[in-house]
Amino acid sequence: MLNFLALYNYWVVIVLMMAGLYIMIARHNLVKKLIGLSIFQTSIFYLYISMGKVSGGTAPILIGKISHEKEKAGSATSAAAEQITTVVYSNPLPHVLILTAIVVGVATTAVGLALIVRINEEYGSIEEDDIRAMEQRDPV
Amino acid sequence: MNPLWTLLPPLAVIPFILFFGEKRRNLRELSIIVAGFVLLFINNRIYNDVVQGASPESGSLAMMGELSMKLSAEPIGNLFALLASFLWVITTVYSIGYMRSHKEINQTRFYICFAIAIAAVMSAAYADNLLTLFIAYEALTLSTLPLVTHAGTDAARQGGKTYIRLLMGTSIGLLMPAVIWTFVLTGTTDFEAGGILGPEIGTTTLAILAGLYVFGIGKAAIMPFHRWLPAAMVAPTPVSALLHAVAVVKTGVFALLKIATYTFGVDTLAASGAGEWILWIATFTVLASSLIAFTKDNLKARLAYSTVSQLSYIIIAALLASSTAITGGAMHIVMHGFAKITLFFCAGAILVAAHKTLISELDGLGKTMPITMVAFTIGSLGIIGLPPASGLWSKLMIAQGTLDNGYIWIIAVLMLSTLLNIGYLLVIPLRAFFKPLPAPQSEDNHHSHDSTHASDESYDLLSSNSMQAAGWQEAPAPSLWAIVMTSSVVILLFFYPAPLVELLEQVQWR
Amino acid sequence: MNFFDQVPALQIAVPLIGAPVCVLLRNGRAAWAVTQFCSVICTLLSCMLVAATRDGTVIRYELGSWSAPSGIEYYVDIVNASVLLVVSFISAIVCLYAYRGAEKEIQQDKHYLFYTGWLLCITGLLGIVITGDAFNAFVFLEISSLATYLLISLGPDRNSLTAAFRYLIMGSIGASFILIGVGFLFAATGSLNMADISARIPIADSPRTVLVAFSFLTVGLMIKAAIFPLHAWLANAYHYAPVTVTALLSGTATKVSLYLLLRFFFNVFGIQFSFGQMLLNYVLLPAAIAGFVLMSVVALYQSDLRRMLAYSSVAQIGYIVAGICLVSPLGISAGIVHIINHALIKSALFMATGCIVYRLGHAHIQSLGGMAKQMPITTAAFIASGLSLIGVPLTAGFISKFNLIAAMLEQGWWIGAALILASSLMATLYIGRVVEIMIFRKPRTSTGTLEVNEAPMQMLIPLWLLIALSIVFGIFGNETLSIASAGAERLLTGPLAPALVPESAYLSTGAGQ
Repeated sequence: MLNFLALYNYWVVIVLMMAGLYIMIARHNLVKKLIGLSIFQTSIFYLYISMGKVSGGTAPILIGKISHEKEKAGSATSAAAEQITTVVYSNPLPHVLILTAIVVGVATTAVGLALIVRINEEYGSIEEDDIRAMEQRDPV
Repeated sequence: MNPLWTLLPPLAVIPFILFFGEKRRNLRELSIIVAGFVLLFINNRIYNDVVQGASPESGSLAMMGELSMKLSAEPIGNLFALLASFLWVITTVYSIGYMRSHKEINQTRFYICFAIAIAAVMSAAYADNLLTLFIAYEALTLSTLPLVTHAGTDAARQGGKTYIRLLMGTSIGLLMPAVIWTFVLTGTTDFEAGGILGPEIGTTTLAILAGLYVFGIGKAAIMPFHRWLPAAMVAPTPVSALLHAVAVVKTGVFALLKIATYTFGVDTLAASGAGEWILWIATFTVLASSLIAFTKDNLKARLAYSTVSQLSYIIIAALLASSTAITGGAMHIVMHGFAKITLFFCAGAILVAAHKTLISELDGLGKTMPITMVAFTIGSLGIIGLPPASGLWSKLMIAQGTLDNGYIWIIAVLMLSTLLNIGYLLVIPLRAFFKPLPAPQSEDNHHSHDSTHASDESYDLLSSNSMQAAGWQEAPAPSLWAIVMTSSVVILLFFYPAPLVELLEQVQWR
Repeated sequence: MNFFDQVPALQIAVPLIGAPVCVLLRNGRAAWAVTQFCSVICTLLSCMLVAATRDGTVIRYELGSWSAPSGIEYYVDIVNASVLLVVSFISAIVCLYAYRGAEKEIQQDKHYLFYTGWLLCITGLLGIVITGDAFNAFVFLEISSLATYLLISLGPDRNSLTAAFRYLIMGSIGASFILIGVGFLFAATGSLNMADISARIPIADSPRTVLVAFSFLTVGLMIKAAIFPLHAWLANAYHYAPVTVTALLSGTATKVSLYLLLRFFFNVFGIQFSFGQMLLNYVLLPAAIAGFVLMSVVALYQSDLRRMLAYSSVAQIGYIVAGICLVSPLGISAGIVHIINHALIKSALFMATGCIVYRLGHAHIQSLGGMAKQMPITTAAFIASGLSLIGVPLTAGFISKFNLIAAMLEQGWWIGAALILASSLMATLYIGRVVEIMIFRKPRTSTGTLEVNEAPMQMLIPLWLLIALSIVFGIFGNETLSIASAGAERLLTGPLAPALVPESAYLSTGAGQ
């Protein structure tokens, strides 16, 4: 049970992902579909970020001084150097990746919303059922 | 001489055909005849090489890894190429008369497709490996399709559909995997003396492969893939004559002979008995199509079913796995070729001169078209294999070949089929000569003429020849000339088959 | 600094710079010229890359001199060099065609945006292929996808909008799945560099992380490559997009995803894991076979030419996947050869369709009667490329099909070979049906004749260029086959490179592991 709870971050990811997928499949409103897609993508962001976390690690900001100051500061440096090697950082790379992925997600949402606007102009509806009915009524 | 040269005349003539076009049609057709003679000359040069045991070959064009396109001359192929190029000249002469008096449309396109088809036949005849043969085979199918649908009518369209579906279907669905399978099994597709498939491959595999080849080569028209041949009869008669009595169908059976000799090898085929199950189907085809021919009243349709039946003779020859039978099969390609083209020429002449297509309308036609009907009789004799017509030799050799591997029962089938041939072919000239012109007449006592009084017939032939030319309504002169040519070759080859035999003696069986 | 060293970067930089230039120019004709120029330059560059990698050389380019695995690396060997060439060549040819082809389909004032989207799409596609970094591949995948949604939505009628939206949903799910897969790969190996991942991926006891990564990547790539049964987006997208766009996409987009699939399964995960442990071929092969059989049947019943060709594309992708699934040198090279050949053939077919649409305004199969009289050159082009699709000898399609069937028979998969033949026969039927109507049927108009002329020369020339190339590759099949078999050899050698840095020196990862 504890093991189960210890993986709570993954459970959150799975719940969000399934919710997103479900919305995309079950909802016929195009905007809602797009919201589903966003939720789905957000779950992936969580997945990446939780992956980057190292138990007991701190934020990846340099603690102490960097090495070229070693010569100036004499004896104080040895402690600082020690601190550098012993401190545990979380992995920053997933965060960077997710920044990119967020940008991509935003772009996708923007394109999707733009398409919905155009669809609304052309069909006068953003309900998939209505659109499908219209397509069947007058095929190209 | 390099067999690649044989592609030059039929391809080089195309620009001339286009250039002269409809306006200068005499020059157009003259250029084709010149090309035909050049082709014949080239094939004759190759004959001179091959008959001395040489095998001239072209360079090879690598296509896929080890597989290449290459031509080389060997006896069976050379024989077939000679036949096709000789008949190309004659058919062109014939079409001059036929196409003009029948006022066919798009004659330029017709002649171009025809020339391409001849080039395809040449490359099939001299193919050095299965891949080249397959490519030539497909090229032939595609280049003859516009000829089948030439008339552009619904019937032509329907015929073309059957034609392309069956030929493409069988070649892509069966022949192509057979070639690829052979390649996978042996690592090559070359034609080699004694064959490339050894007995180590196993009888079952060999039997399946043989089946894929025989049925895949739909042009050989074995049942149940024979439907395209009658369907193709919607084409203008010269097309039916050269392509669907000689070039196309003979490419099919020729390919089978070549595959039996150089891919399987007679020894492998004989030792494994791989072709035996197909022999049953081929003999069934011989008999069944003869019987169907009886029921056809349309002259061209009857001839088409007769072709189906005769093609299966050659399939049988290929599968008997005996060098005698295969030699006989190769001879039969030539003998049947000349005889059948004569018959088709006659059918076309009757259509042009008398506007008749049905056999039941031919009564008394011997009076108005005696030359045509005499030629028809000679052609029929050639198919049946009665002296003085050349078909005798090839049938004899096939029959002799049945003894080599103990398929004596096939002789019985061949005899039966010969009787059927007499029944459905000779009846036509008999009607023409002995039945009165179709004034309303009682129909008694014509049955006695049908198959019994051969001597009466020859007597009557002489008497009709001596009739005044003024009463005749023959086809135009070029067509008539072609008919006389081919029918005299049928007789000539009876008395003088030596060049063929000499050539075929050079085949390396193992 | 040697110019040649920078070729991998230029391959991406040229179209990427071209895109904003198009926006700034705000002129359709000028944008077209820029696009054409960039495509031609890309083609030349990828020719250089193919020439350089043909002997098995691997070019590794460190972007911005940040060394791998921290930096992004471009990894070029013969496999992706040939795909680069296909993508940029198809782009160059179709762009030539678009000069007239796009003028009626796309509003004049949107032309410069159209070409901007085009260049971005090409950038993305080339990027996916050239990059040696798994996450970078995802980013490029999204760049090309977003541009593709835009291009599809520019179609002449409103259905293109819904088609684009549906593709957006499906495509984003596919890309997200790939993203998840890449994430798990990162969790398992601590690296994003494909070569690095391939060297350190722990496959010995199939850990669950790798397994999950594998599953997500498989599904994601199957969606993007339109492998049956995840092909649903393709039919609508190809049908309603401007035909010019369809001609571009059919030759490039799915091919690129197939490349990515090859790269991941053969090199990153390794053959041992993908096919030995995960039995991927038992998943993909039935899908591929069902794809080419069923989709050929479906193609037979389509009433619109574009839709018919779209389903035919799914079937052809099935052939490629079937070849790949054999995991034999012959099978994989048949797959790669068909990637090249099908790009040529299907683009040509869509371009011929585009010529018809240009004059008729639609492509209903039943109303193509009289085409052969009115547009003989287009009809001839359609027939020629149709024959190539069927696999008639002396066309590129024959080379593919011959090798594919030979590969099947070599492995003793008779049924597979027979089904390929069956689907070829269906291709004969569905192409034959259209050709028959074009040649024999009388046009259905009040006057009895179609009042259309032959398509403009600017459209016919690129179309016939492609057909000529497909015939050249049909006769000199060794030209493509040698590239493909070199590629197959690369793919079968397994990992891309030894590990770049020792395990301990790299950041360890994974909470909750």
